[in-house]
Amino acid sequence: MAYSPHTEAQRQEMLRAIGVHSIEDLFADVPPAYRFPRLQLPDPVSEAEILRELQELASWNAHVGEYTCLLGAGAYHHYIPSVVQAIVGRSEFYTAYTPYQPEVSQGTLQAMFEYQTMICALTGMEVANASHYDGGTAVAEAIIMAYNVLKGKRQRVLLSSTLHPEYREVSRTYLRGTGLHLTGDEDLQAGLDALEGAIDRDTLCVVVQTPTFLGEVLDPRRLRRLADTIHTAGALLVVAVDPISLGLFVPPGEVGADIVVGEGQPLGNPLNFGGPYLGFFACRKAEVRRMAGRLVGQTVDAEGRHGFVLTLSTREQHIRREKATSNICSNEALNALAAAVYLAVLGRRGLRQVAEICYHRAHYAASQIGRLRGFECLSTWPFFKEFVVRCPIAVEELNDRLLEHGFIGGFDLSRTHPHLGQAMLLCVTEMVPVSEIDRLAKVLGEVTR
Amino acid sequence: MTEPLIFERSVPGRCACFLPEPGVPQAPLPEGFVRQDLPLPEVSEVEVVRHYVRLSQMNYGVDIGFYPLGSCTMKYNPKVNEVAASLPGFLGTHPYQPAYTVQGNLCLMWRLQEFLKEIGGFAAVSLQPAAGAHGEFTGIQMIRAYHEARGEHHRNLILIPDSAHGTNPASSAMSGYQVVEVRSDARGNVDLEDLQARCGPHVAALMLTNPNTLGLFDEHLLEIAALVHGCGALLYGDGANMNALLGVAKPGHLGFDVFHYNLHKTFSTPHGGGGPGSGPVGCVERLADYLPGPIVIREYSDECPGEGHRHTEECFVYDWKMPERSIGRVKTFYGQFGVLVRAYTYIRMLGARGLRQVAEDAVLNANYLQQKVKQVFRLSHDRRCMHEFVAVGRVEGSDVRALDISKRLIDYGFHPPTNYFPLIVPEALMIEPTETESKETLDAFAEALERIAEEARTQPELLRQAPHRAPVRRLDEVKAARDLILVWEGLTR
Repeated sequence: MAYSPHTEAQRQEMLRAIGVHSIEDLFADVPPAYRFPRLQLPDPVSEAEILRELQELASWNAHVGEYTCLLGAGAYHHYIPSVVQAIVGRSEFYTAYTPYQPEVSQGTLQAMFEYQTMICALTGMEVANASHYDGGTAVAEAIIMAYNVLKGKRQRVLLSSTLHPEYREVSRTYLRGTGLHLTGDEDLQAGLDALEGAIDRDTLCVVVQTPTFLGEVLDPRRLRRLADTIHTAGALLVVAVDPISLGLFVPPGEVGADIVVGEGQPLGNPLNFGGPYLGFFACRKAEVRRMAGRLVGQTVDAEGRHGFVLTLSTREQHIRREKATSNICSNEALNALAAAVYLAVLGRRGLRQVAEICYHRAHYAASQIGRLRGFECLSTWPFFKEFVVRCPIAVEELNDRLLEHGFIGGFDLSRTHPHLGQAMLLCVTEMVPVSEIDRLAKVLGEVTR
Repeated sequence: MTEPLIFERSVPGRCACFLPEPGVPQAPLPEGFVRQDLPLPEVSEVEVVRHYVRLSQMNYGVDIGFYPLGSCTMKYNPKVNEVAASLPGFLGTHPYQPAYTVQGNLCLMWRLQEFLKEIGGFAAVSLQPAAGAHGEFTGIQMIRAYHEARGEHHRNLILIPDSAHGTNPASSAMSGYQVVEVRSDARGNVDLEDLQARCGPHVAALMLTNPNTLGLFDEHLLEIAALVHGCGALLYGDGANMNALLGVAKPGHLGFDVFHYNLHKTFSTPHGGGGPGSGPVGCVERLADYLPGPIVIREYSDECPGEGHRHTEECFVYDWKMPERSIGRVKTFYGQFGVLVRAYTYIRMLGARGLRQVAEDAVLNANYLQQKVKQVFRLSHDRRCMHEFVAVGRVEGSDVRALDISKRLIDYGFHPPTNYFPLIVPEALMIEPTETESKETLDAFAEALERIAEEARTQPELLRQAPHRAPVRRLDEVKAARDLILVWEGLTR
């Protein structure tokens, strides 16, 4: 009961040692009128019963183990090598907390140091922190960091219209109350030229995403020109990026990005209905003191051996309080560990291979679907693993039919991008076999006939 | 014991992965888009496994031993929670699936919302916040929205006791508020006179942790709530120390208007080496419309979710809803679902009686240990504590510090308490035993402290150079901050 090791006799013995008669005496400071209220909760159950209950709840769901998933839009179904769970399932990792005592936390600390290094390798940046809550909050924190880098002198934030709708929403929630003005995304059809044209002397940063929310990979040369314009205006470039795409494409660090963030879930973390995920966050070393979140640094112990500690804590809330760079305390360490193990397993060649499979299969799927009667592929080459298809019937209805045929259909863009009409954002990763792509094209043709 | 970096094990050409062929005609790769180099390690599977298993062996977790890290509630994490959270029907659901294909998830979330409302005494709950600090930030944004809706834009101050966690002032400042510190009195309560002097028309809220970080239940809580409400402000509750209140008192009844729960502390979901956490927010009726969303709602239906699963008499369907005047989303998607499954499992298995037992045993353990530690170290406040207490890490006749005592505890096989916090206690050792520790463990810990105090007098160098039995010796934190090596140096070479 209650995972308590005490016997009743021991409880009595302990009460005597404390010098009170009953447990109730320990709660004398609680106002009597409100003490020991009744909790109306269901009766407790045994382990076997709770598992049966949860298995039933889980059975009400359609999940990627039984359906072919064509949904992406910020959360992705990629293959997770068995090694990842074998490592993150070790309770030496998952039952530890923030490594405040480095001598007994070298496992977590070194793994985080490796994670920071891998994120830098992926993004082409110089430093990365040990994670944020998710991609959306990482974008919001990047804006706050940019504001602090420019010493609070500028008020205007330009958001690309192709930044994930929820990243834009989360940023707005985060920055309410700060006086910053978030703009640039009002017209969802506005492109990079319009965004570039809107940069002025009050602009503190520009936030773009590649691949965009609609799957398009931005040309690195175009991004480089944008970065130059932004820097000439004295502002910063924030790039949100899908980490899997970095197995193949030029990283933002090579085109002049000042801060690179993104959703790290595709790196070895399951879909899990939206969380827990992790936000990765990288910047230039010169600005590291403005960065939020935990940082692991290398040092030596009293005998000169290499070791790792949390460092630059003077940026953080537990030291700096209201002057901290952010309020973040708990982060997503276990998810970051999963990401590190994933990247170690895939390595230089594996990540490139995953990215290429996604790229080729997505283009194949787009061409197969684009030639169906009534369907039109709105995405132009090159996209990464997602593309937009205009459908002959409402997407919601189409998805209902796809589900009957074993597919979790694509993201319904009529909710977020009504100007595209009855359009669907389809995602094809290495988890969608070629035979399923062919079957999808066949089913789409049949159900819309 | 050290382990080379995974990068240092890299040999060109090695790979630990088995991937399918694309199996389709290759689409051309656009010129100028493809990266030249990807400096990730190249290692075999067995090397990856051994590397990370070895690293795990250099870590201390609750599954290894006593972890009395004050304010972090490092209780045992039941294994059934891990089994529950890894059911494929949960793990494999995409957040954008239509509601009718994820009724199991939504039902679980709806029930958890109800449980948390009942446990906290609140009218509504949002599960969205990802951690405690995130919950605080959420609550402060709701407080802002509430005052602004009433035309009270001038309220720009947040009052925070000097014993509070650093996240409180940081969350307030992040939301654009000015922070005003309130003193603690000699008994560790909020100084009522100081509070009264600071309450006024510009105050938006008081952020209060109760029991506070000294482990004390504020003896004037009801007066505090009355003072705060009296000046038109709201009372924010930091639920970091909720473990002492389960079934003991409902924060919503005690005068708190908005409150965050730390599922990773109170409801026994593992801390993961620093996260993920989960910080749902509960509130009273008048603030419910401002909660971040979406939240889960339930409606009567003719058809039960999951065909062929009609075990209940009543049928409901579950759906998402954005509260009417919501502050918006505070994170992508809905919340830390995997953590929610664990908390749900915990609450279902304990029930009302079990939860109260948790609080009772947590407070029993803390008082029992306090009684023993008090024979060796001075207490910051010598009175009955709740779930934790703070000792002063000084030994008469020795100049060792709290840090030295902590490091020496490692040699005795224990994780050290929280050091140097709360800030108002010099040389603080903040000790939270939690309810899952046995009397034998508490006795052994107290005995170790006694021996360490003796060592402090007779062989202080032993403490100053501790730990001696950890995988590494004491680490040079000053050097780390000065040299600032944040990535493997070979990456940029």
